Amino acid sequence: MKPSKTWVIVVAVIVVLVGIRMTIGQGMARAYVERVDQSVEVKANDIHGASTEKWTEWHPVAPKKFEAAQKADPSQTKFAFSWANTIGLWLAAFFTLAIFSFLYRDNPGYRLAEAVIIGVSAAYWGVIGFWDTLVPKLFGALTPNLIHDQVLPSLPAPTTGQVVAMYFALALGLMLLMRLAPKGGWISLWPIAFIIGVTAGLKIVSHVESDLVAQSIATFKPLVQPIVSPESAQSGWMLWPTIWASLANILLVIGVLCCLTYFFFSVEHKGVAGRAARVGIMYLMITFGAAFGFTVMGRVALLAARIEFLFDDWLWLIDPAGKRIVEVASAIGSMLC
Amino acid sequence: MSKFITILEGLDRRWIFLAMAISVAGPILFIGITGKTLPETPTPTARAVYREIEALSPGTPVLISFDFDPASGGELTPMATSLVHQCAARGLRMVFIALWPLGPQLIDETIKRVILADYPNLKEGVDYVNLGFQSGNEAVMKVMLTDFAKAFPITKNGVAVGDVVALKGIERVDNFPLLITISAGYPGAKEWIQYVISSSGGKIKMVTGCTGVQTPGLYPYYPVQLSGLLGAIKGAAEYESLVNSSLAPKDTSAAVPAKYLEAQRRMGPQLGAHLLMIALIILGNISFFAQRNSKVRATS
Repeated sequence: MKPSKTWVIVVAVIVVLVGIRMTIGQGMARAYVERVDQSVEVKANDIHGASTEKWTEWHPVAPKKFEAAQKADPSQTKFAFSWANTIGLWLAAFFTLAIFSFLYRDNPGYRLAEAVIIGVSAAYWGVIGFWDTLVPKLFGALTPNLIHDQVLPSLPAPTTGQVVAMYFALALGLMLLMRLAPKGGWISLWPIAFIIGVTAGLKIVSHVESDLVAQSIATFKPLVQPIVSPESAQSGWMLWPTIWASLANILLVIGVLCCLTYFFFSVEHKGVAGRAARVGIMYLMITFGAAFGFTVMGRVALLAARIEFLFDDWLWLIDPAGKRIVEVASAIGSMLC
Repeated sequence: MSKFITILEGLDRRWIFLAMAISVAGPILFIGITGKTLPETPTPTARAVYREIEALSPGTPVLISFDFDPASGGELTPMATSLVHQCAARGLRMVFIALWPLGPQLIDETIKRVILADYPNLKEGVDYVNLGFQSGNEAVMKVMLTDFAKAFPITKNGVAVGDVVALKGIERVDNFPLLITISAGYPGAKEWIQYVISSSGGKIKMVTGCTGVQTPGLYPYYPVQLSGLLGAIKGAAEYESLVNSSLAPKDTSAAVPAKYLEAQRRMGPQLGAHLLMIALIILGNISFFAQRNSKVRATS
């Protein structure tokens, strides 16, 4: 079968199944919102007098709240069906399925989803960089009055030191952009050198403190770790906790020494050194296994979250949070329990 | 047997993907319909997180850093919910910050889900405050060590931090006795340990909830530099069960709200997926040894 034909069949099956689901029970994938009226008292300042600003926000709400409100008063306006949120819900479901479709084979749906993710991420980072870094930090220091009046009224006035530092940062930023210029690209090497120097300085100190010194101290463990009963210090050591704690310490010390031996290449790995290095390899393998296991667990959790979204928010097959009034799944659940 | 081995050798990987989808989707449907979850026994690292928060007296400020984004929400949102749940129940002053740009929105969602829904008596700006996102990664941490207000001059809503009651008495990050970070990568738990915990001289303790990928790298810091650790969804489920059992209403017939069972619900799919993985590893090894034996026989 041609790939295009396969995809037509797969999409058709999904559309038919979704169509059937929409006709059963309460249907599926609708989003509702609640109207919340907000107001804030604005204090008087040199330019404006005191006033009250009012606006309306629409907050997402569970379908059962809308249904209950409609039942009580069909003409109510506090809760409403939200086209925007519903379209968002359908788009989220579409993109989830589009990304999953790559597991079968590369296809235009996957490529569309991939392109959208890249585009949205790039745009979002641009906006974040402008509003969260440039505006409060650079413009807030260089043009404090403008930012204070137009954007962030509560932003504290910058100190002279901050202003000088920001001019320095601006100069370095502009020098970095010279990398894009046809000539004078070498100028960008200066800010890069500055960044590398500062980063190295920060990291060397912190790594020595937290990883080298603190971790070395943590390795110096007593090989016999007495565990005393919490109820009474007089009752002596507790046998099994003492054995387990001591064993853990012994394994830790052996593991550190053997792994270090494995990475010590000035001595040929023969005899005692060879055997220690072999034990070191075993420790490393166990570590890699544990890392692999945790990674699998993490990825499965993410997969479960997406499938839960499809089943709950989109298809309305399950309702663990009790968001809907009558549910086929809830009825089946109560029968099973 | 040889036919079965031949099928295994030529198995299309897409059958494995399908089996994985079924093994994850099946338990989700079952748990979603029946509402049953698997029992959890908290491990020492999860108990330590609970104990550190419980040891603080009501009104103590805690710094909660949301260092993740929705991409890791499947693992970390349940942890965030339970951590805020325990802090709110304990009556701690919660100061939320984010070193990831999407963190502030996740903070708002968690505040809405836990504090506004179940602790409406807590006041914004007094009992909790969202200081939003700051760019700069480790630089922000270093600045917080000397001047907290310099790192976070205004709240997410634009209020100067000097006017925020929840930040009374906070001049440096080590004025917080406890730092809670929910971490998905860089910057996250490791950087907090390297730049803040190591430099604070033991004045501030730290507990973290992190993704599965990060967990093996953080275990060496426990229990000296890291006072408690929730590793991946398993850690989240253990801690969730601990918090739920301690905060259970006196009327035991009352059901725990579904939002506080999110991690425990996700342990069902974990079980299904892990059983499949184990079966696949066994089958893979059978196939490997069978192939090797047949090669040995062929050469001899």
